Amino acid sequence: MLSAMATCNSHGQDSSYFLGWEEYEKNPYHPINNPNGIIQMGLAENQLPFDLLESWLNNNPNASGFTAQSNFGFKEIALFQDYHGLPAFKKALVDFMSEIRENKVTFNPNNLVLTAGATSANETLMFCLADPGDAFLLPTPYYPGFDRDLKWRTGAEIVPIHCSSSNGFRITESALEDAYQQAQKQNLKVKGVLVTNPSNPLGTSLSMHELELLVNFISSKNLHLISDEIYSGTVFTSPGFVSIMEVLKNKNLMNTDVAKQVHIVYSLSKDLGLPGFRIGAIYSNDDIVVSAATKMSSFGLISSQTQYLLSQILSDKKFTKNYLTENRKRLKQRHEMLEKALQKAGIRCLKGNAGLFSWVDMKRLLSAQTFKGEMELWKKIVYEVGLNISPGSSCHCSEPGWFRVCFANMSKETLVLAMQRLTSFVDSTVKKTNQSRHNRNSRKPKSLPKWVFSLSSFTTARSVKNGA
Amino acid sequence: MSMWRPCAEVERCVGKGAAGEGRSCGETSCSRAGSGVVCGREESGVVGLILSITQIKLDGLSLFVLMAIEIVQPSVGLSKMAVSETHGEDSPYFAGWKAYDENPYHETCNPTGVIQMGLAENQVSFDLLEEYLEANLEATNWGQKVSGFRENALFQDYHGLLSFRKAMASFMEEVRGGKAKFDPERVVLTAGATAANELLTFILADPGDALLVPTPYYPGFDRDLRWRTGVQIVPIHCERSNNFQITPEALEAAYDHARSMNIKVRGVLITNPSNPLGATIQRKVLEEILDFVTRKNIHLVTDEIYSGSAFYADEFVSIAEVLESRNYKDSERCHIVYSLSKDLGLPGFRVGTIYSYNDQVVTTARRMSSFTLISSQTQFLLASMLSDKEFTQKYIKINRERLRKRYEMIINGLKKVGIECLKGNAGLFCWMNLSPYLKEPTIKGELEMWKTIMHEVRLNISPGSSCHCSEPGWFRVCFANMSEETLEVALSRIHEFIKTRKQ
Repeated sequence: MLSAMATCNSHGQDSSYFLGWEEYEKNPYHPINNPNGIIQMGLAENQLPFDLLESWLNNNPNASGFTAQSNFGFKEIALFQDYHGLPAFKKALVDFMSEIRENKVTFNPNNLVLTAGATSANETLMFCLADPGDAFLLPTPYYPGFDRDLKWRTGAEIVPIHCSSSNGFRITESALEDAYQQAQKQNLKVKGVLVTNPSNPLGTSLSMHELELLVNFISSKNLHLISDEIYSGTVFTSPGFVSIMEVLKNKNLMNTDVAKQVHIVYSLSKDLGLPGFRIGAIYSNDDIVVSAATKMSSFGLISSQTQYLLSQILSDKKFTKNYLTENRKRLKQRHEMLEKALQKAGIRCLKGNAGLFSWVDMKRLLSAQTFKGEMELWKKIVYEVGLNISPGSSCHCSEPGWFRVCFANMSKETLVLAMQRLTSFVDSTVKKTNQSRHNRNSRKPKSLPKWVFSLSSFTTARSVKNGA
Repeated sequence: MSMWRPCAEVERCVGKGAAGEGRSCGETSCSRAGSGVVCGREESGVVGLILSITQIKLDGLSLFVLMAIEIVQPSVGLSKMAVSETHGEDSPYFAGWKAYDENPYHETCNPTGVIQMGLAENQVSFDLLEEYLEANLEATNWGQKVSGFRENALFQDYHGLLSFRKAMASFMEEVRGGKAKFDPERVVLTAGATAANELLTFILADPGDALLVPTPYYPGFDRDLRWRTGVQIVPIHCERSNNFQITPEALEAAYDHARSMNIKVRGVLITNPSNPLGATIQRKVLEEILDFVTRKNIHLVTDEIYSGSAFYADEFVSIAEVLESRNYKDSERCHIVYSLSKDLGLPGFRVGTIYSYNDQVVTTARRMSSFTLISSQTQFLLASMLSDKEFTQKYIKINRERLRKRYEMIINGLKKVGIECLKGNAGLFCWMNLSPYLKEPTIKGELEMWKTIMHEVRLNISPGSSCHCSEPGWFRVCFANMSEETLEVALSRIHEFIKTRKQ
């Protein structure tokens, strides 16, 4: 009775990424009411600088209301549904984007398309750039939500660019070529490459070398490049953030065809911690893409009420300057806290400089260096340790044993507790492993419980959140 | 002009091998496009003219009027979707908007400018909303609670704020005078009815399938239902002879027509009250439509976006009432679309909803709504507003009265110069009949009249052809998006125009 699209599984909600969420929802940690509950470390939210926004609102009590401070009263805002977006908001947003990039690049508000979140922006770009059956190349590991956002309704395909821990998961020329060849083998027409910079889940920003590789690659193969820069404001330490636009500018490519093939996605869900407000944007140098995407944005416009509020917040340059500095400072502190605690527990992580999470290497805790082993470990960590972290396989990582651990969506105390739990777990696991090595001959092989294999039969996801 | 191919823009297929160019027959070996080419698909990289064809039934003769629209040279490497014209924005519906934007009327600054009567906005009840906001500041400032803002800003659950879903369900009940019940668990939130209609189409139909839509219909449907979904619209032709009501014969004819083109029909989509007719659908007709979709085992989508704009509460019958009276038998094929853009006059806030009696549709629609969530800030505000029963009851009642008054004003004003309108009882517009004044009883004549009215009378009204009306000469005229004074000015301009026309 329903369409093929409605009945297929491309919504991606059977992934372990969402299942861990479900488990957390059933038994969420609370310091007083449920101290033994599961701590949510699978949600890339930024809760660290909320007080800054709250104090701004306290100092600007009329901003969220509709008293006519400007010429815009309630009626004008309520009626405003122009898909070109509120001019004051677009101007403030491009200025903010510029500020994040240390004003090394400037953006033209006329090339900015507003969408209800980056989720909508990514999907809209796919509708504009790919026909059903066309493919985009994505470096692994990547944000699990892309499987739904890029493929579900568009009919597009994702072909992975395999990155490995041997070089810190950096994108290499051979990996790009291999992915391209792989697509050819599958008879898929490659339309472009999509990267997240800084990367989710790696928590690192792309190097200049990688960015130049990408520009050369798309130029020679005549492809599009989508750079999802949703975490650009969370780069807290060197080597700093280099936007793809900066690279184009430095290489004097801004007025060439290549520049028209590069598109940026942005959002305020991570940098400003406002995922509920659904503020996303597409930036493109190609007028036809801007035009088509603008029309498509009809299907996911940002509430004018929200555009109005944010235009005021972002126009306050004193506020934005302070906010960006504080945000980076606090993220750096948290990241260091997590890194140190992991180190103490004997766990390494990828050296990160951005994002709301760390990419953690738990290979030594695996009972077997396989994805089955990874799932087994993940289940233990969720149920026994009480931490919801995201297994690398849900991010399509090609090597088992890596996990994404979020650190910015909880209080310091909760993070400390989470690390204590993890440390005890690691200690006991290492002890067990040593013991088992000692008792190797007498030990029976452990059979995996059934639920490890039946993940795909979870078809109902109840309270599932978006875009983390 | 270099070689061209029929494109996906052609709206009405007349069957394989039909005479004339530019017709999409949906056949895989169309005699026009050449064998091996699927007719109706645009070839990228071809420069030429897309011919848009509108079929008019007039006295049993079928006439074809070609409207040439220049094709944009597609950019290298974009999707077909991005360069197609299915976004429908070249329709006169949107062109009139442009004329207004370039020379907008203002009572003091530009008294000779174009008066916008092509925009179905509800501006008659803003004072009530403003009053509410002034008395309930916590609805917009999170009650000054530290945790209020934080919680709200973080909330991105696609189930939507429970308090808002509850408030929406109860508001929908109130609009229907309590004659139907709505379960908050079946309310799916989307950024506007535009998103809701597209989403439902993605869920209920596969690319190439069709939805049957009665004419005349809201021009936006051409984009909303077809563009990204690849679904087609097959019109259910309605005629003035019975006040454009949907008949069982028309339903069957549309269905058969689709089948004759090998197109699979997945559902019927109706708007009740109707845009552009400005009239509610009678209960008897709703029952017939329900029987029809049940017989054919297809879906029924009812867009009730104007339900709160019926001038008399008891004249609007919701499909929900009909389903309730049937004990919800066969209701899993029914889905209602609603929005606050018209009844509450808040199109900028992007508040739409799908209410489905089908569990699988609710689940899938929820997941898909990830692409089109309502800002939690806005959900919070409206949860507060719509759960205030004192406010909502007062609002609904006064809004209806004011719209009715406006309607009577325009109808009487037009009658004075002998212009007839369809008898309406809802909406933000009237369906005006200018066919006696057309130079020729054709779409060409209608568009000529439309241009004259736009440029000489300086009123932007919507020609019936942009709503796919099968008879030329009808125009949709909005009356709720301006002050009473401006409406008077518009009416006096019409008076002048008719006087000169009669001479």
